[in-house]
Amino acid sequence: MTETTSRAKQVNENQCHMCMPLGGVLALRGVEDSIALVHGSQGCSTYMRLANVEHFNEPIDIASSSLNEKQAIFGGEANLRIALDNVIRVYRPKVIGILTSCLSETMGDDVGRFVETYRRDREIGEIEIIPVSTPSYGGTHTEGFWATTRAVIAHYARPAERHRGINVIVPNISPADIREIKRLLDLMGLEYTLLPDYSLTLDRPFGGRYTKIAPGGTPAAAIARMSGARATIQFGLTCPDSLSPGRFLKERFGVPLIDLPLPIGLENTDLFVGTLKDLGGRPVPASLVLERGWLCDAMADAHKINAAARPVVYGEPELIYALAKFCLENGSVPAVIASGTQNSALSALLRPLLQDALEETIVLEEADFVTIEDAAVRTSANLAVGHSGGRYLTERQGIPGLRVGYPVHDRVGGQRILSVGYTGTLAFLDRFTNTLLEAKYGSYRRLRREELLNERGESNAKA
Amino acid sequence: MENECSVPTACIDERQFSIVTTGKNKSRIHCADDSLAGAVSQRACVYSGARVVLNPVTDAVHLVHGPIGCAAYTWDIRGSLSSGPEMFRQSFSTDLKERDVVFGGEKKLVACIDEVVGKYHPPAIFVYATCVVGLIGDDIVAVCKEASGRHGIDVIPVESSGFLSGNKIVGYRAAGEALLKLIRPKDGETVEKTRKLNFLGEYNLGGEKWLVERYLREMGIEINVAFTGDSTVAALKRAPGACLNLVQCSGSMHWVAMNLEKEYGTPYIDVNFFGAANTAESLRRIARFYGDEEIVRRTEALIEREMERVRPVVEKYRARLAGKRAAIYVGGAFKALAIIRQLQELGMEVVFTGTQTGKQEDYEQIGAIVSEGTVVIDDANPAEIEKFLLEKDVDMMAGGVKERFLAHKLGIGFVDHNHDRKDGLAGFDGAIRFAREVYATTCSPVWERVKKNPFEEAEG
Repeated sequence: MTETTSRAKQVNENQCHMCMPLGGVLALRGVEDSIALVHGSQGCSTYMRLANVEHFNEPIDIASSSLNEKQAIFGGEANLRIALDNVIRVYRPKVIGILTSCLSETMGDDVGRFVETYRRDREIGEIEIIPVSTPSYGGTHTEGFWATTRAVIAHYARPAERHRGINVIVPNISPADIREIKRLLDLMGLEYTLLPDYSLTLDRPFGGRYTKIAPGGTPAAAIARMSGARATIQFGLTCPDSLSPGRFLKERFGVPLIDLPLPIGLENTDLFVGTLKDLGGRPVPASLVLERGWLCDAMADAHKINAAARPVVYGEPELIYALAKFCLENGSVPAVIASGTQNSALSALLRPLLQDALEETIVLEEADFVTIEDAAVRTSANLAVGHSGGRYLTERQGIPGLRVGYPVHDRVGGQRILSVGYTGTLAFLDRFTNTLLEAKYGSYRRLRREELLNERGESNAKA
Repeated sequence: MENECSVPTACIDERQFSIVTTGKNKSRIHCADDSLAGAVSQRACVYSGARVVLNPVTDAVHLVHGPIGCAAYTWDIRGSLSSGPEMFRQSFSTDLKERDVVFGGEKKLVACIDEVVGKYHPPAIFVYATCVVGLIGDDIVAVCKEASGRHGIDVIPVESSGFLSGNKIVGYRAAGEALLKLIRPKDGETVEKTRKLNFLGEYNLGGEKWLVERYLREMGIEINVAFTGDSTVAALKRAPGACLNLVQCSGSMHWVAMNLEKEYGTPYIDVNFFGAANTAESLRRIARFYGDEEIVRRTEALIEREMERVRPVVEKYRARLAGKRAAIYVGGAFKALAIIRQLQELGMEVVFTGTQTGKQEDYEQIGAIVSEGTVVIDDANPAEIEKFLLEKDVDMMAGGVKERFLAHKLGIGFVDHNHDRKDGLAGFDGAIRFAREVYATTCSPVWERVKKNPFEEAEG
């Protein structure tokens, strides 16, 4: 493992990360009857809508306080109040999450105080307003996601009576992945509160009507009870302590925290299912044993093909850690593991996984795609696994691409990309193997010919 | 169902004056103002306006001075094609962090410019100011001037702090100013006049500039440079040498054309290559300008040949589309007008339309060509779009990415007419492609299927 943890260059060229409030928007979609309001200039919310619409293929409304020059000078309180009034009138939300932008943070707007005054002046009854500090220069969309999830829990959690349920806190994964995790929890017979649950709000069935606030999301009452849960499972090995929702519940309410890797791959899924069993779930049902068996069968059948893979795996820390583990258990040693996020936990987690590999892996943090592309070319990577930001790896370097993570805007179905659990891992494994096979079948005749014959079609071996 | 008898009502009272019905409201539409906070406007920001105009300059480095979001959201955002350099598809950001915001970002900007010049030797760098940069007061003009002198290339500041306005037009202006700065000949330099023309407000989406270039060449006319589709810095610097400027996207380029006339004496005419009739009319107008009989003869021959090709296609689709009801919500009035006309050629009725950036005179033009009873909205939001799609019983909507899935959710066809599309819609070929797309979505078998639920009764 070769580490390159900090960026030597100044300019960020082809971004591997997005801005902090964007992650906040996603997390808020996982709270029932909520809407996000970005306190900033109009462009921020519009761009975030665009990014999300392209990934989820769903209409996504994000309000904005539409700050202009005047407010940049005199403060944004008046505009924020108008924005809250209008959002309440049109959307009738139960929860409004206010995400700050670079602009409002730099202006120094005290959103917490604005909200207090607003609450005092307006009779808005049961409507909750949750401000979250998410300046774009303060982190990436990953941190925005965790910070907002933590803020939502901190807003609702009260000392609650102990109960049998468990908490499940997920990072930025696809709606399909959330549904699969819930299915596993149901199969194992556990009561749970999953947060943030945008499995329905960001992947809505066709219904002939457009509901302004999509049905679904974790209800406030359930969030309030998270403080009394038996334990928290958080897929957040790489989540910084200061932003960790599970850690907050542990420190404030004594809820034991079990940090697990995302259940992608056989071993990680075993770990999740085993944990559910240990937490008092029912014995692993036969149907799940079957699913596991099918995955094992596929791993056996494809192992030699996958051994030829030298993938470049990039994206958010939590996802790429799980994907790296998946690769290694299938005999593929990643050529490059890269994140646009700077994350102190990631390298330490990867080190023991990579130490016995015969091939080197370059680990990059706070990386942009020019750095990633360069590393991928140097290591002769032959598969690119991650979001749409890696398109040039395919377009310019000819490295076949496999889409997973966020955002995916050059393929349909970002919301349906399934990679967790035995079933999801199997689906991912097939995509992984078949991408390699497609590249191989499309090129081996030409490559072997070029390698062994000269232009006249004769063997180029020396006589 | 159509709500003929009542004046359309806004979802937020304050927006009532931004919505009119043609033939019913006698008052003028309220437009070209800041967006109402919390209304969930479809508009973007000043930076966005500047970025979409300048981005197609293919060999320039586009360096976004600010935190990462602004650059990440606009990386490779347009469907603009290049015949050569691909530099414009790289996304450069100074990626400001907290410490830069506290201590100022000028040093980092200087370092980034140096790094980019050292690595790529670009002929020019556009440095875009974002919200934070405007607020912390980084002097990008001074940094750019200094860097320009040091590296001997054009380093051009684009004053596009997002908060300056919620209206992209302010960003178009910032881009226009940057372009004028770029093409202004240095002291002692002159650009010789030619018989070529500049094509302003053409971004080469899906190769549209190349298509028009093919028509013009057949007529005996050459394009000097397009603003900014498939342009290079060197080609833009030759802009003063044109004998005529065509203005297509008037929102972004009318002001530039006026200034080119003032500074270089180059006249301009409005053109529009969306739709067969518009294309023919525009080509004739250009031919007339040159006033050369041979050019006029060639132009008429071209139009006749192409119209022969387009007519049966349009007729084929028109037979299926006649009487269908359409909605249009796009960024600029130029585009709205072009689409209205094309849909009318296909026999459709436009019952609801609007723009993000239209001005009073734009809306007057729109009002003049749509039928009575059409709802016209300035700076619409999803709640209003949904409301009027349903009230006006729309069969098909044309718009951008944000509107697409709203229409789909309601079971309404959708035509993409946005700046990131990959297929050209200009010229005679574009007219054919547009007609086909309108048909494919309006008359898709999907709608009939998905709107039926065989299990409804079972659920009781």
